[in-house]
Amino acid sequence: MTNGFAVKAEPFVLAFWKGCVCVDFEYLLKLLLILLEGMGTSLKVFALTLIFSIPLGMIVAVGKMSRHVIINFPIRVYISIMRGTPLILQLIFIYFGPYYIFNVTYDRFTAAIIAFSINYAAYFAEIFRGGMQSMPLGQYEAAQVLGYTKSQTFFRIILPQVVKRVIPASANEVITLIKDTALAQTIGVIELFSLAQKQSSFIFSVMPLFVAGVFYYILNLVVSGAFSFIEKKLNYYR
Amino acid sequence: MAVLEVRHLCKRFGENQVISDISFEVNKGEVLVIIGPSGSGKSTLLRCINRLEKVDGGTISVCGDEMITGYETDKKGIQRPVYASPEVLRKIRLNVGMVFQNFNLFPHFSVLKNITDAPVCVLKQDIQSANEKAMALLEKMGLKEKAQAYPCELSGGQQQRVSIARALALNPQILFFDEPTSALDPELTGEILKVIKELAKEKMTMVIVTHEMAFARDVADRVIFMDGGVIVEQGTPAEIFSNTQNERTKAFLKRFSESDL
Ligand SMILES: Nc1ncnc2c1ncn2[C@@H]1O[C@H](COP(=O)(O)OP(=O)(O)OP(=O)(O)O)[C@@H](O)[C@H]1O
Ligand SMILES: [Mg+2]
Repeated sequence: MTNGFAVKAEPFVLAFWKGCVCVDFEYLLKLLLILLEGMGTSLKVFALTLIFSIPLGMIVAVGKMSRHVIINFPIRVYISIMRGTPLILQLIFIYFGPYYIFNVTYDRFTAAIIAFSINYAAYFAEIFRGGMQSMPLGQYEAAQVLGYTKSQTFFRIILPQVVKRVIPASANEVITLIKDTALAQTIGVIELFSLAQKQSSFIFSVMPLFVAGVFYYILNLVVSGAFSFIEKKLNYYR
Repeated sequence: MAVLEVRHLCKRFGENQVISDISFEVNKGEVLVIIGPSGSGKSTLLRCINRLEKVDGGTISVCGDEMITGYETDKKGIQRPVYASPEVLRKIRLNVGMVFQNFNLFPHFSVLKNITDAPVCVLKQDIQSANEKAMALLEKMGLKEKAQAYPCELSGGQQQRVSIARALALNPQILFFDEPTSALDPELTGEILKVIKELAKEKMTMVIVTHEMAFARDVADRVIFMDGGVIVEQGTPAEIFSNTQNERTKAFLKRFSESDL
Protein backbone atom coordinates (compact mmCIF):
# COMPACT_ATOMS: atom_id res chain seq x y z
CA MET A 1 0.00 0.00 0.00
CA THR A 2 1.34 3.41 -0.87
CA ASN A 3 0.41 6.43 1.17
CA GLY A 4 0.42 10.04 0.06
CA PHE A 5 3.83 10.76 1.47
CA ALA A 6 5.55 7.91 -0.34
CA VAL A 7 4.03 8.97 -3.63
CA LYS A 8 5.40 12.46 -3.24
CA ALA A 9 8.66 11.44 -1.64
CA GLU A 10 9.66 8.93 -4.27
CA PRO A 11 10.38 11.33 -7.13
CA PHE A 12 12.03 13.70 -4.64
CA VAL A 13 14.48 11.09 -3.42
CA LEU A 14 15.09 9.96 -6.97
CA ALA A 15 15.75 13.49 -8.18
CA PHE A 16 18.06 14.11 -5.25
CA TRP A 17 19.98 10.95 -5.91
CA LYS A 18 20.24 11.76 -9.60
CA GLY A 19 21.47 15.23 -8.71
CA CYS A 20 24.23 13.71 -6.64
CA VAL A 21 25.45 11.11 -9.06
CA CYS A 22 25.02 12.98 -12.33
CA VAL A 23 27.08 16.05 -11.50
CA ASP A 24 30.73 15.84 -12.10
CA PHE A 25 33.39 16.73 -9.59
CA GLU A 26 34.29 19.94 -11.34
CA TYR A 27 30.73 21.26 -11.02
CA LEU A 28 30.59 20.20 -7.39
CA LEU A 29 33.67 22.26 -6.64
CA LYS A 30 32.23 25.23 -8.50
CA LEU A 31 28.96 24.88 -6.62
CA LEU A 32 30.72 24.81 -3.27
CA LEU A 33 32.63 27.97 -4.16
CA ILE A 34 29.45 29.73 -5.25
CA LEU A 35 27.59 28.71 -2.11
CA LEU A 36 30.52 29.65 0.11
CA GLU A 37 30.48 33.10 -1.40
CA GLY A 38 26.73 33.30 -0.77
CA MET A 39 27.33 32.19 2.76
CA GLY A 40 29.83 35.04 3.10
CA THR A 41 27.08 37.52 2.24
CA SER A 42 24.67 35.82 4.63
CA LEU A 43 27.27 35.96 7.37
CA LYS A 44 27.83 39.64 6.68
CA VAL A 45 24.10 40.32 7.04
CA PHE A 46 24.09 38.25 10.21
CA ALA A 47 27.10 39.89 11.84
CA LEU A 48 26.22 43.47 10.89
CA THR A 49 22.66 42.98 12.13
CA LEU A 50 23.95 41.79 15.50
CA ILE A 51 26.46 44.63 15.73
CA PHE A 52 23.74 47.22 15.18
CA SER A 53 20.69 45.62 16.76
CA ILE A 54 22.17 44.69 20.15
CA PRO A 55 23.30 48.19 21.18
CA LEU A 56 20.17 49.65 19.58
CA GLY A 57 18.11 47.14 21.56
CA MET A 58 19.76 48.31 24.80
CA ILE A 59 18.91 51.92 24.03
CA VAL A 60 15.33 51.00 23.11
CA ALA A 61 14.99 48.95 26.31
CA VAL A 62 16.11 51.89 28.43
CA GLY A 63 13.71 54.13 26.49
CA LYS A 64 10.80 51.79 27.06
CA MET A 65 11.49 51.78 30.80
CA SER A 66 11.47 55.59 30.83
CA ARG A 67 8.79 57.22 32.95
CA HIS A 68 8.25 59.98 30.37
CA VAL A 69 5.37 59.28 28.02
CA ILE A 70 7.04 61.34 25.27
CA ILE A 71 9.86 58.78 25.27
CA ASN A 72 8.15 55.50 26.10
CA PHE A 73 5.05 55.94 23.92
CA PRO A 74 6.81 56.14 20.52
CA ILE A 75 9.01 53.24 21.60
CA ARG A 76 5.96 51.17 22.49
CA VAL A 77 4.51 51.88 19.04
CA TYR A 78 7.80 51.02 17.34
CA ILE A 79 8.17 47.71 19.17
CA SER A 80 4.57 46.78 18.58
CA ILE A 81 4.87 47.42 14.81
CA MET A 82 8.16 45.55 14.51
CA ARG A 83 6.78 42.54 16.31
CA GLY A 84 3.32 42.77 14.80
CA THR A 85 4.15 42.77 11.08
CA PRO A 86 6.07 40.29 8.91
CA LEU A 87 9.81 40.89 8.61
CA ILE A 88 9.57 40.29 4.86
CA LEU A 89 7.12 43.18 4.58
CA GLN A 90 9.39 45.43 6.62
CA LEU A 91 12.29 44.56 4.29
CA ILE A 92 10.28 45.47 1.21
CA PHE A 93 8.95 48.61 2.82
CA ILE A 94 12.41 49.84 3.82
CA TYR A 95 13.94 49.20 0.43
CA PHE A 96 11.10 50.25 -1.87
CA GLY A 97 9.46 52.82 0.44
CA PRO A 98 11.96 55.60 -0.29
CA TYR A 99 11.67 54.85 -4.00
CA TYR A 100 7.89 55.21 -4.11
CA ILE A 101 7.78 58.18 -1.76
CA PHE A 102 10.87 60.23 -2.67
CA ASN A 103 11.88 58.49 -5.86
CA VAL A 104 15.32 57.66 -4.49
CA THR A 105 17.02 54.28 -4.69
CA TYR A 106 19.81 53.02 -2.53
CA ASP A 107 21.96 49.98 -1.91
CA ARG A 108 19.97 46.77 -1.36
CA PHE A 109 22.48 45.41 1.10
CA THR A 110 22.28 48.56 3.22
CA ALA A 111 18.50 48.35 3.16
CA ALA A 112 18.62 44.74 4.34
CA ILE A 113 20.94 45.64 7.25
CA ILE A 114 18.67 48.54 8.26
CA ALA A 115 15.53 46.40 8.12
CA PHE A 116 17.04 43.47 10.02
CA SER A 117 18.64 45.74 12.61
CA ILE A 118 15.55 47.71 13.52
CA ASN A 119 13.46 44.53 13.55
CA TYR A 120 15.83 42.58 15.77
CA ALA A 121 16.49 45.59 18.00
CA ALA A 122 12.81 45.48 18.97
CA TYR A 123 13.06 41.84 20.00
CA PHE A 124 16.35 42.32 21.81
CA ALA A 125 14.93 45.36 23.59
CA GLU A 126 12.10 43.30 25.03
CA ILE A 127 14.54 40.62 26.17
CA PHE A 128 16.86 43.19 27.78
CA ARG A 129 13.97 44.99 29.44
CA GLY A 130 12.71 41.70 30.86
CA GLY A 131 16.21 40.97 32.17
CA MET A 132 16.55 44.39 33.78
CA GLN A 133 13.12 44.27 35.37
CA SER A 134 13.66 40.78 36.72
CA MET A 135 16.52 42.08 38.89
CA PRO A 136 15.48 42.17 42.54
CA LEU A 137 15.27 45.67 44.03
CA GLY A 138 17.42 44.44 46.92
CA GLN A 139 20.48 44.38 44.65
CA TYR A 140 20.13 48.10 43.92
CA GLU A 141 19.47 48.87 47.58
CA ALA A 142 22.45 46.86 48.83
CA ALA A 143 24.71 48.64 46.34
CA GLN A 144 23.31 52.03 47.30
CA VAL A 145 23.78 51.41 51.00
CA LEU A 146 27.39 50.32 50.40
CA GLY A 147 28.08 53.64 48.71
CA TYR A 148 28.39 52.56 45.08
CA THR A 149 27.66 55.34 42.61
CA LYS A 150 24.82 54.86 40.12
CA SER A 151 27.20 53.89 37.31
CA GLN A 152 29.23 51.55 39.52
CA THR A 153 25.98 49.90 40.56
CA PHE A 154 24.93 49.44 36.97
CA PHE A 155 28.22 48.20 35.55
CA ARG A 156 29.49 46.14 38.50
CA ILE A 157 26.34 44.77 40.09
CA ILE A 158 23.37 44.92 37.73
CA LEU A 159 24.73 44.46 34.20
CA PRO A 160 26.71 41.23 34.79
CA GLN A 161 23.64 39.62 36.31
CA VAL A 162 21.36 40.88 33.54
CA VAL A 163 23.73 39.41 30.93
CA LYS A 164 23.37 36.00 32.52
CA ARG A 165 19.60 36.35 32.62
CA VAL A 166 19.23 37.37 28.96
CA ILE A 167 21.64 34.86 27.40
CA PRO A 168 19.13 32.01 26.80
CA ALA A 169 16.47 34.21 25.20
CA SER A 170 19.10 36.07 23.15
CA ALA A 171 20.46 32.74 21.87
CA ASN A 172 17.01 31.99 20.45
CA GLU A 173 16.94 35.32 18.62
CA VAL A 174 20.44 34.91 17.21
CA ILE A 175 19.65 31.44 15.90
CA THR A 176 16.44 32.71 14.33
CA LEU A 177 18.42 35.52 12.71
CA ILE A 178 20.71 33.06 10.92
CA LYS A 179 17.71 31.52 9.23
CA ASP A 180 16.02 34.88 8.67
CA THR A 181 18.97 36.17 6.62
CA ALA A 182 17.50 34.14 3.75
CA LEU A 183 14.73 36.75 3.57
CA ALA A 184 17.23 39.33 2.30
CA GLN A 185 16.76 37.85 -1.19
CA THR A 186 13.27 39.37 -1.37
CA ILE A 187 14.87 42.75 -2.03
CA GLY A 188 17.50 41.24 -4.31
CA VAL A 189 20.43 40.67 -1.98
CA ILE A 190 22.31 37.73 -3.41
CA GLU A 191 22.92 35.46 -0.43
CA LEU A 192 23.28 31.77 0.27
CA PHE A 193 19.68 30.73 -0.19
CA SER A 194 19.03 32.58 -3.44
CA LEU A 195 22.24 31.20 -4.98
CA ALA A 196 21.32 27.67 -3.97
CA GLN A 197 17.88 28.09 -5.51
CA LYS A 198 19.39 29.35 -8.74
CA GLN A 199 21.78 26.42 -8.92
CA SER A 200 18.96 24.02 -8.15
CA SER A 201 16.90 25.13 -11.08
CA PHE A 202 20.04 25.20 -13.20
CA ILE A 203 20.83 21.50 -12.71
CA PHE A 204 17.25 20.34 -12.03
CA SER A 205 18.19 18.96 -8.64
CA VAL A 206 17.55 19.87 -5.01
CA MET A 207 21.12 18.96 -4.18
CA PRO A 208 22.40 22.59 -4.05
CA LEU A 209 19.52 23.47 -1.69
CA PHE A 210 20.47 20.52 0.44
CA VAL A 211 24.06 21.72 0.61
CA ALA A 212 22.81 25.20 1.57
CA GLY A 213 20.76 23.57 4.32
CA VAL A 214 23.89 21.87 5.61
CA PHE A 215 25.68 25.24 5.62
CA TYR A 216 22.90 26.88 7.66
CA TYR A 217 22.87 23.95 10.00
CA ILE A 218 26.62 24.00 10.61
CA LEU A 219 26.51 27.73 11.25
CA ASN A 220 23.75 27.18 13.77
CA LEU A 221 25.70 24.42 15.47
CA VAL A 222 28.62 26.80 15.90
CA VAL A 223 26.40 29.59 17.25
CA SER A 224 24.44 27.42 19.65
CA GLY A 225 27.67 25.78 20.76
CA ALA A 226 29.10 29.21 21.52
CA PHE A 227 26.03 30.11 23.54
CA SER A 228 26.12 26.87 25.55
CA PHE A 229 29.74 27.60 26.28
CA ILE A 230 28.92 31.09 27.54
CA GLU A 231 26.00 29.76 29.57
CA LYS A 232 28.21 27.16 31.17
CA LYS A 233 30.86 29.79 31.91
CA LEU A 234 28.24 31.89 33.66
CA ASN A 235 26.88 28.93 35.58
CA TYR A 236 29.30 29.35 38.46
CA TYR A 237 26.55 31.17 40.36
CA ARG A 238 22.81 31.09 40.60
CA MET B 1 28.10 61.93 71.88
CA ALA B 2 25.08 60.88 69.86
CA VAL B 3 26.02 58.89 66.76
CA LEU B 4 22.50 59.19 65.42
CA GLU B 5 19.97 61.90 66.11
CA VAL B 6 16.48 61.75 64.62
CA ARG B 7 14.20 64.72 65.23
CA HIS B 8 10.48 64.96 64.37
CA LEU B 9 10.79 62.52 61.49
CA CYS B 10 7.67 62.17 59.32
CA LYS B 11 7.08 59.91 56.36
CA ARG B 12 3.96 59.12 54.37
CA PHE B 13 3.21 56.98 51.36
CA GLY B 14 0.47 58.88 49.57
CA GLU B 15 -2.23 59.41 52.18
CA ASN B 16 -0.79 56.76 54.49
CA GLN B 17 1.13 58.44 57.32
CA VAL B 18 3.65 55.73 58.17
CA ILE B 19 5.91 57.68 60.54
CA SER B 20 4.57 60.60 62.56
CA ASP B 21 6.93 62.84 64.46
CA ILE B 22 9.49 60.34 65.69
CA SER B 23 12.49 61.55 67.69
CA PHE B 24 15.24 59.54 69.30
CA GLU B 25 18.99 59.33 69.54
CA VAL B 26 21.56 56.59 69.70
CA ASN B 27 24.77 57.11 71.64
CA LYS B 28 28.16 55.69 70.87
CA GLY B 29 28.45 52.04 71.81
CA GLU B 30 24.74 51.76 72.49
CA VAL B 31 22.47 48.98 71.21
CA LEU B 32 18.97 50.16 70.45
CA VAL B 33 16.33 47.56 69.70
CA ILE B 34 13.10 48.57 67.97
CA ILE B 35 10.09 46.31 68.40
CA GLY B 36 6.52 46.70 67.27
CA PRO B 37 3.74 45.01 65.33
CA SER B 38 3.92 44.44 61.61
CA GLY B 39 3.25 47.60 59.61
CA SER B 40 4.17 49.91 62.48
CA GLY B 41 6.85 51.57 60.35
CA LYS B 42 10.06 50.03 61.72
CA SER B 43 11.57 49.21 58.32
CA THR B 44 10.47 52.52 56.90
CA LEU B 45 12.22 54.31 59.76
CA LEU B 46 15.52 52.57 58.99
CA ARG B 47 15.04 53.14 55.27
CA CYS B 48 14.51 56.87 55.80
CA ILE B 49 17.75 57.14 57.77
CA ASN B 50 19.48 55.16 54.99
CA ARG B 51 18.02 57.39 52.28
CA LEU B 52 16.36 54.40 50.64
CA GLU B 53 13.21 56.50 51.18
CA LYS B 54 12.82 60.28 51.09
CA VAL B 55 11.47 61.83 54.26
CA ASP B 56 8.56 64.28 54.46
CA GLY B 57 9.58 66.10 57.61
CA GLY B 58 12.12 66.29 60.41
CA THR B 59 15.89 66.09 60.54
CA ILE B 60 18.47 63.34 60.79
CA SER B 61 22.06 63.74 61.86
CA VAL B 62 24.76 61.09 61.82
CA CYS B 63 28.01 61.71 63.74
CA GLY B 64 27.15 65.41 63.78
CA ASP B 65 26.53 65.69 60.02
CA GLU B 66 23.08 66.99 59.15
CA MET B 67 21.51 64.96 56.35
CA ILE B 68 18.71 67.45 55.66
CA THR B 69 19.58 71.11 55.49
CA GLY B 70 16.04 72.44 55.32
CA TYR B 71 12.70 72.26 53.59
CA GLU B 72 11.29 74.03 50.57
CA THR B 73 7.76 74.18 49.28
CA ASP B 74 7.34 72.96 45.71
CA LYS B 75 4.90 74.20 43.05
CA LYS B 76 2.10 71.99 44.35
CA GLY B 77 2.55 73.40 47.84
CA ILE B 78 4.08 70.22 49.21
CA GLN B 79 6.95 70.44 51.65
CA ARG B 80 10.08 68.76 50.28
CA PRO B 81 13.35 68.07 52.08
CA VAL B 82 16.56 69.66 50.87
CA TYR B 83 19.33 67.12 51.31
CA ALA B 84 22.91 68.07 52.16
CA SER B 85 25.70 68.26 49.56
CA PRO B 86 26.85 65.02 47.90
CA GLU B 87 30.07 65.07 49.95
CA VAL B 88 28.18 65.19 53.25
CA LEU B 89 25.70 62.55 52.07
CA ARG B 90 28.56 60.30 51.07
CA LYS B 91 30.20 60.72 54.46
CA ILE B 92 26.92 59.84 56.18
CA ARG B 93 26.40 56.90 53.84
CA LEU B 94 29.74 55.39 54.80
CA ASN B 95 29.09 55.94 58.49
CA VAL B 96 25.87 53.93 58.36
CA GLY B 97 25.98 50.20 57.65
CA MET B 98 22.93 48.13 56.82
CA VAL B 99 22.11 44.44 57.12
CA PHE B 100 18.99 43.36 55.25
CA GLN B 101 16.42 40.76 56.12
CA ASN B 102 17.17 38.78 52.96
CA PHE B 103 20.93 39.43 52.86
CA ASN B 104 21.05 40.91 49.33
CA LEU B 105 24.50 39.53 48.69
CA PHE B 106 25.83 39.93 45.15
CA PRO B 107 25.39 36.44 43.68
CA HIS B 108 27.98 36.88 40.92
CA PHE B 109 30.77 37.74 43.39
CA SER B 110 32.55 35.24 45.61
CA VAL B 111 32.17 35.65 49.36
CA LEU B 112 35.53 37.41 49.53
CA LYS B 113 34.71 39.75 46.66
CA ASN B 114 31.32 40.57 48.19
CA ILE B 115 33.23 41.92 51.17
CA THR B 116 36.16 43.60 49.39
CA ASP B 117 34.42 45.12 46.38
CA ALA B 118 32.92 48.13 48.14
CA PRO B 119 36.11 48.99 50.09
CA VAL B 120 38.10 48.81 46.84
CA CYS B 121 35.54 50.57 44.62
CA VAL B 122 34.07 53.05 47.03
CA LEU B 123 36.83 53.70 49.58
CA LYS B 124 39.63 53.14 47.01
CA GLN B 125 41.46 50.80 49.38
CA ASP B 126 44.16 48.71 47.74
CA ILE B 127 43.12 45.13 47.10
CA GLN B 128 45.80 43.69 49.35
CA SER B 129 44.65 45.41 52.52
CA ALA B 130 40.98 44.96 51.60
CA ASN B 131 41.57 41.22 51.29
CA GLU B 132 43.37 41.07 54.62
CA LYS B 133 40.58 42.95 56.35
CA ALA B 134 37.97 40.72 54.71
CA MET B 135 39.74 37.55 55.77
CA ALA B 136 39.93 38.81 59.34
CA LEU B 137 36.20 39.53 59.27
CA LEU B 138 35.43 36.12 57.79
CA GLU B 139 37.53 34.50 60.49
CA LYS B 140 35.48 36.35 63.08
CA MET B 141 32.28 35.12 61.43
CA GLY B 142 33.62 31.56 61.39
CA LEU B 143 33.58 31.49 57.59
CA LYS B 144 37.25 31.68 56.69
CA GLU B 145 37.13 28.51 54.59
CA LYS B 146 34.18 29.89 52.57
CA ALA B 147 36.09 32.87 51.17
CA GLN B 148 36.15 31.50 47.62
CA ALA B 149 32.59 30.09 47.69
CA TYR B 150 29.65 31.80 46.00
CA PRO B 151 26.63 32.97 48.02
CA CYS B 152 24.40 30.30 46.44
CA GLU B 153 26.61 27.65 48.00
CA LEU B 154 26.00 28.91 51.53
CA SER B 155 23.18 28.37 54.01
CA GLY B 156 20.97 31.33 54.91
CA GLY B 157 22.76 31.78 58.19
CA GLN B 158 26.15 31.80 56.48
CA GLN B 159 24.91 34.27 53.88
CA GLN B 160 23.68 36.58 56.59
CA ARG B 161 27.06 36.41 58.34
CA VAL B 162 28.76 37.34 55.05
CA SER B 163 26.42 40.29 54.68
CA ILE B 164 27.31 41.44 58.20
CA ALA B 165 31.01 41.16 57.29
CA ARG B 166 30.32 43.12 54.09
CA ALA B 167 28.75 45.94 56.09
CA LEU B 168 31.56 45.93 58.67
CA ALA B 169 34.25 46.09 55.99
CA LEU B 170 33.41 49.77 55.43
CA ASN B 171 34.01 50.56 59.13
CA PRO B 172 30.61 52.10 59.77
CA GLN B 173 30.02 54.16 62.90
CA ILE B 174 26.57 52.65 63.31
CA LEU B 175 25.08 49.43 61.99
CA PHE B 176 21.41 48.82 61.23
CA PHE B 177 19.76 45.42 61.22
CA ASP B 178 16.28 45.00 59.79
CA GLU B 179 14.95 41.67 61.05
CA PRO B 180 18.27 39.91 60.37
CA THR B 181 16.90 36.48 61.28
CA SER B 182 13.39 36.60 59.82
CA ALA B 183 14.36 34.94 56.53
CA LEU B 184 16.18 32.12 58.31
CA ASP B 185 15.10 28.69 59.47
CA PRO B 186 14.61 28.74 63.24
CA GLU B 187 17.66 26.58 63.86
CA LEU B 188 19.87 29.09 62.01
CA THR B 189 18.80 32.23 63.91
CA GLY B 190 21.08 31.41 66.82
CA GLU B 191 24.31 31.83 64.87
CA ILE B 192 23.31 35.33 63.74
CA LEU B 193 22.17 36.40 67.19
CA LYS B 194 25.50 35.20 68.57
CA VAL B 195 27.42 37.34 66.06
CA ILE B 196 25.34 40.40 66.95
CA LYS B 197 25.90 39.82 70.67
CA GLU B 198 29.60 39.57 69.95
CA LEU B 199 29.48 42.95 68.18
CA ALA B 200 27.56 44.42 71.11
CA LYS B 201 30.31 43.26 73.44
CA GLU B 202 32.84 45.09 71.25
CA LYS B 203 30.72 48.23 71.72
CA MET B 204 29.56 48.48 68.13
CA THR B 205 26.76 51.04 67.91
CA MET B 206 23.69 49.26 66.56
CA VAL B 207 20.01 49.73 65.80
CA ILE B 208 18.23 46.40 65.56
CA VAL B 209 14.67 45.76 64.41
CA THR B 210 13.62 42.31 65.51
CA HIS B 211 10.76 40.05 66.47
CA GLU B 212 13.05 37.90 68.66
CA MET B 213 11.94 39.17 72.05
CA ALA B 214 14.29 37.06 74.15
CA PHE B 215 17.21 38.29 72.08
CA ALA B 216 15.98 41.89 72.25
CA ARG B 217 15.84 41.73 76.01
CA ASP B 218 19.28 40.19 76.17
CA VAL B 219 21.22 42.43 73.78
CA ALA B 220 19.48 45.81 74.12
CA ASP B 221 20.70 48.76 76.14
CA ARG B 222 17.47 50.51 75.27
CA VAL B 223 14.23 49.38 73.66
CA ILE B 224 11.77 51.39 71.60
CA PHE B 225 8.26 50.08 71.16
CA MET B 226 6.67 51.48 68.00
CA ASP B 227 3.07 51.24 66.90
CA GLY B 228 1.18 53.10 64.18
CA GLY B 229 4.20 55.20 63.24
CA VAL B 230 4.87 56.65 66.68
CA ILE B 231 7.10 55.70 69.60
CA VAL B 232 4.68 54.37 72.18
CA GLU B 233 7.24 53.75 74.86
CA GLN B 234 10.96 53.54 75.32
CA GLY B 235 13.19 52.40 78.15
CA THR B 236 15.58 49.77 79.39
CA PRO B 237 14.76 46.13 78.56
CA ALA B 238 13.61 45.63 82.16
CA GLU B 239 11.27 48.62 81.97
CA ILE B 240 9.71 47.49 78.70
CA PHE B 241 9.60 43.73 79.07
CA SER B 242 8.90 43.33 82.78
CA ASN B 243 7.46 46.51 84.23
CA THR B 244 5.58 48.27 81.48
CA GLN B 245 2.49 50.20 82.56
CA ASN B 246 1.50 50.94 78.97
CA GLU B 247 -1.58 49.05 77.77
CA ARG B 248 -0.45 48.93 74.10
CA THR B 249 2.97 47.59 75.03
CA LYS B 250 1.36 45.02 77.29
CA ALA B 251 -1.02 43.91 74.54
CA PHE B 252 1.83 43.57 72.06
CA LEU B 253 4.12 41.61 74.40
CA LYS B 254 1.29 39.28 75.36
CA ARG B 255 1.48 37.79 71.88
CA PHE B 256 4.89 36.37 72.67
CA SER B 257 4.82 33.42 75.01
CA GLU B 258 6.26 33.75 78.51
CA SER B 259 9.07 31.39 77.61
CA ASP B 260 10.19 33.84 74.95
CA LEU B 261 10.97 36.50 77.56
N1 LIG C 1 7.08 51.53 49.23
C1 LIG C 1 5.90 51.63 49.90
N2 LIG C 1 4.82 52.16 49.29
C2 LIG C 1 3.65 52.30 49.97
N3 LIG C 1 3.46 51.92 51.23
C3 LIG C 1 4.49 51.39 51.89
C4 LIG C 1 5.76 51.21 51.26
N4 LIG C 1 6.60 50.65 52.16
C5 LIG C 1 5.88 50.48 53.28
N5 LIG C 1 4.62 50.92 53.13
C6 LIG C 1 3.58 50.92 54.18
O1 LIG C 1 4.12 51.53 55.32
C7 LIG C 1 3.67 50.88 56.50
C8 LIG C 1 4.84 50.50 57.36
O2 LIG C 1 5.62 49.53 56.69
P1 LIG C 1 6.98 48.97 57.29
O3 LIG C 1 7.53 48.02 56.30
O4 LIG C 1 7.84 50.10 57.70
O5 LIG C 1 6.47 48.18 58.58
P2 LIG C 1 7.31 47.27 59.56
O6 LIG C 1 7.09 47.82 60.91
O7 LIG C 1 8.70 47.14 59.09
O8 LIG C 1 6.55 45.88 59.43
P3 LIG C 1 7.14 44.40 59.48
O9 LIG C 1 7.33 44.07 60.92
O10 LIG C 1 6.07 43.57 58.86
O11 LIG C 1 8.41 44.39 58.70
C9 LIG C 1 2.84 49.69 56.05
O12 LIG C 1 1.47 50.06 56.19
C10 LIG C 1 3.19 49.52 54.61
O13 LIG C 1 2.08 49.07 53.88
MG1 LIG D 1 9.91 45.53 58.28
